[in-house]
Amino acid sequence: MRDWPATFDLAVAGGGNAALCAAITAAEAGASVVVLEGAPKPYRGGNSRHTRNFRCMHREPMFPLTGRYEEEEYLDDLLRVTKGKTDEELARLVIRLSEQCLLWMQAHGVRFQPSLSGTLSLSRTNAFFLGGGKALVNAYYNTAADLGVKIAYEAQVRHVHREGARITHLEAEIAGQPVTVNARAFILASGGFQADIDWLARAWGPSARNFLIRGTPYNRGVVLRDMLEQGAESVGDPTQCHAVAIDGRAPKYDGGIVTRLDCVPFSIVVNRDSERFHDEGEDVWPKRYAIWGRLVAAQPDQVGYALIDSKSIDLFMPSVFPPARADTIEELAAQMGLDPQALRRTVDGFNAACRPGEFHPTELDGLRTVGLNVPKSNWARPLDTPPFYGYQLRPGVTFTYLGLKVDSKARVHGADGPIRNLWAAGEIMAGSILGEGYLAGFGMTIGTVFGRIAGKEAAAHVA
Amino acid sequence: MSPDPTLMDEARRQIEICNACRYCEGYCSVFPAMTRQKAFADGDLTHLANLCHNCRGCYYACQYTAPHEFALNIPAVLADLRVEGWERLARPQAFARLFQRHGVAMAGLLVVVLALFFWALAALRPEEGAGFYAYLAHNTMIAIFIPAFVLPLALIALSLRDYWREVGGGRVRLAHILSALESAARLKNLSGGHGDGCNFESGDRFTDRRRLFHHLMMYGFLLCFASTASGTIMHYGLGWEAPYPLWSAPKLFGLPGGVMMVAGATGLVWLKLRADPELGAAQVWGGEMAFVLLLGAVALTGLALYAATGSGLVGPLLAIHLATVMVLFLVMPFSKMVHGFFRLAALVAEAGKSATAGKRA
Ligand SMILES: Cc1cc2nc3c(=O)[nH]c(=O)nc-3n(C[C@H](O)[C@H](O)[C@H](O)COP(=O)(O)OP(=O)(O)OC[C@H]3O[C@@H](n4cnc5c(N)ncnc54)[C@H](O)[C@@H]3O)c2cc1C
Ligand code: SF4
Ligand code: SF4
Repeated sequence: MRDWPATFDLAVAGGGNAALCAAITAAEAGASVVVLEGAPKPYRGGNSRHTRNFRCMHREPMFPLTGRYEEEEYLDDLLRVTKGKTDEELARLVIRLSEQCLLWMQAHGVRFQPSLSGTLSLSRTNAFFLGGGKALVNAYYNTAADLGVKIAYEAQVRHVHREGARITHLEAEIAGQPVTVNARAFILASGGFQADIDWLARAWGPSARNFLIRGTPYNRGVVLRDMLEQGAESVGDPTQCHAVAIDGRAPKYDGGIVTRLDCVPFSIVVNRDSERFHDEGEDVWPKRYAIWGRLVAAQPDQVGYALIDSKSIDLFMPSVFPPARADTIEELAAQMGLDPQALRRTVDGFNAACRPGEFHPTELDGLRTVGLNVPKSNWARPLDTPPFYGYQLRPGVTFTYLGLKVDSKARVHGADGPIRNLWAAGEIMAGSILGEGYLAGFGMTIGTVFGRIAGKEAAAHVA
Repeated sequence: MSPDPTLMDEARRQIEICNACRYCEGYCSVFPAMTRQKAFADGDLTHLANLCHNCRGCYYACQYTAPHEFALNIPAVLADLRVEGWERLARPQAFARLFQRHGVAMAGLLVVVLALFFWALAALRPEEGAGFYAYLAHNTMIAIFIPAFVLPLALIALSLRDYWREVGGGRVRLAHILSALESAARLKNLSGGHGDGCNFESGDRFTDRRRLFHHLMMYGFLLCFASTASGTIMHYGLGWEAPYPLWSAPKLFGLPGGVMMVAGATGLVWLKLRADPELGAAQVWGGEMAFVLLLGAVALTGLALYAATGSGLVGPLLAIHLATVMVLFLVMPFSKMVHGFFRLAALVAEAGKSATAGKRA
């Protein structure tokens, strides 16, 4: 910090995609910028380092995107998942500007690859980062460094000091030492609060303590809470988080993409008491993917067990940990800590309710059970061919919805209008657009678009 | 001897994590090969290891490297597996263990061979002959070098046969060979998939230097090989004996080839000094470094020999040059030199495997 100026033009809280897009944009416009990344260097990049693609509007094919994906279709997709809980003006802004992002990202070091194997359904709408989100983050850190942006790791912002309609400075702790960061403009891009389990438990209920956090342990919402306490306008349901069902053996934090399990439609899913609780064949990805986190969260001990037989083991993406495996249902139950008799009954009941018919793993095949209280409406085949396999499921939290409300210039508002030198980008304001649900690749789009807007506005403010 | 179980298990653990992730699919041939399977037998892992060019893209891009508890280091574990495999498939294994790991062993061998050549030059000096054949008769050279060249190659061929069996390589078709040669000729797997190069000496920044220096080395080596081969043809086929003038095939191949090899070796040494040894097979760092230096020495002494034409230095320089060439030949099956053979075999096998998989899909 010895080579730091007394006052920066711009201080950015956070070190993920949104923060870096903002810092790079502002530095290119001539501003002196500091990035305060709360995580140590190996963990830099927040949840952005776990991502794989962003959703991009385009009117004609452009590498790596196929076909076309235009504003109305994009908006329809968004409205469908958010059930209308979206600010249409901001949504259209993000969608329109997403088109320029692809070239901007490439110009700043991000490289793309064709849709990954197993994700062909996204090749038209989502551009995949070559090497994934960490490669993207690395590219941005290098670009930022080349532009003279100062980067501090282990730099936790504790307090955003507000005086009336202005922010005067940040109080931070850098490598354990208290530091005051002076700047003329500030951008908050420090993500959501999902890694603060106490906050999650207060919002969601005590069962949230059994949730796993799919991303970084450093997004604890410190800056968000500090701003809310100072009267910043908020948006998004404070009690909700986006959760999917992941491998129960995943680490508490940072398990990332590999812990996802795609086996549910080919399984029966039971709870701790060996009872099925929801139609496993309800719908195709991505809807079913998003609902199972909540379903498992609502079960006793927040745990579920997906069981399949050898007919189906090769029908989905490989799992990160090998499944439990046994030659009988009873043995499998014992291995997984379930009651063998109870599981046997559930499986027998399910098997008896299956009907013969054509099985089509890639489409809604209508192969349904008959006479069960909890039906399975597609892909219902009896579990009868050993070896049998089982995965424990737990809710894995991706992000929280509560955020700062921003306008189309990314400005943060207090009770009496915008704070004049404060902008927000990324997950911390995503609730302004994504009030519910999730659209694959939209988080990075919001962060890139709003990061660039915030960077541009902040640079103009100090110019 | 069967593969080292702990190393195999560690590689399997890491590859299974990658197979559930696949973010690195665009970097190289390893990941597309991996995604064909769900379970990995030892031979599959050996195959992946030999496909890996240690570009390190998948290390810096990985969200699961240490201190994350998954502690992924794919470039290192595949490098370890490669080295272990080359050692295991070599015969005798003890030689591979010695020369792969210990640069000093290679240097020691060089000293011994050097002494032998000085002795030979003194003891076997011919009555007549021009240029350096004045020091060692052509026939003597051939008598020494042909076996020293052919026997190591035969050993490598045996290793490759075992390797082919281990990885389950199928029937070889011309198309597979052409595809492998094309990939090797461009060092496609060091391009990063995006053409910016690899992550070797500059941390997570991509540079094309490693590809450049390797190209200089490889094509320089091939030119020198062409030089020697053309000399042999001219000698036996056309009855035209060395020394050859500047405008002759051996010189036109050999001079640029030698210069390229020296430049390549210098560059590769420089890169290796800057690269993080923890992302490669750390235990063979010394052996690999010695091998690059040896290649550089072969070229440099060859050039020096040419420069010294007609002077009194030809004798000693000839001994030194021949000694370096001899050591290069002798350690071929036991040093980094085998990487070229195994890599090419892996690329051929992969071309076959992916074609078969494509047909099945
Ligand atoms: C496993 C997983 C996969 C995902 N895949 C995708 C995908 O493929 N596509 C997509 O669009 N979205 C994806 N998402 C969502 C995506 O990660 C987020 O929408 C996006 O990364 C948000 O970017 P951001 O910059 O706002 O936040 P982050 O990238 O999380 O960055 C927040 C930064 O703030 C820092 N920070 C936090 N608190 C402080 C503090 N007090 N002081 C200083 N710094 C602080 C953190 O260390 C971090 O660097 C995924 C999420 C997860 C968990
Ligand atoms: S190296 Fe890491 S990022 Fe790359 S495929 Fe493997 S697990 Fe994924
Ligand atoms: S180091 Fe490079 S070549 Fe080797 S597996 Fe990783 S990306 Fe592929």
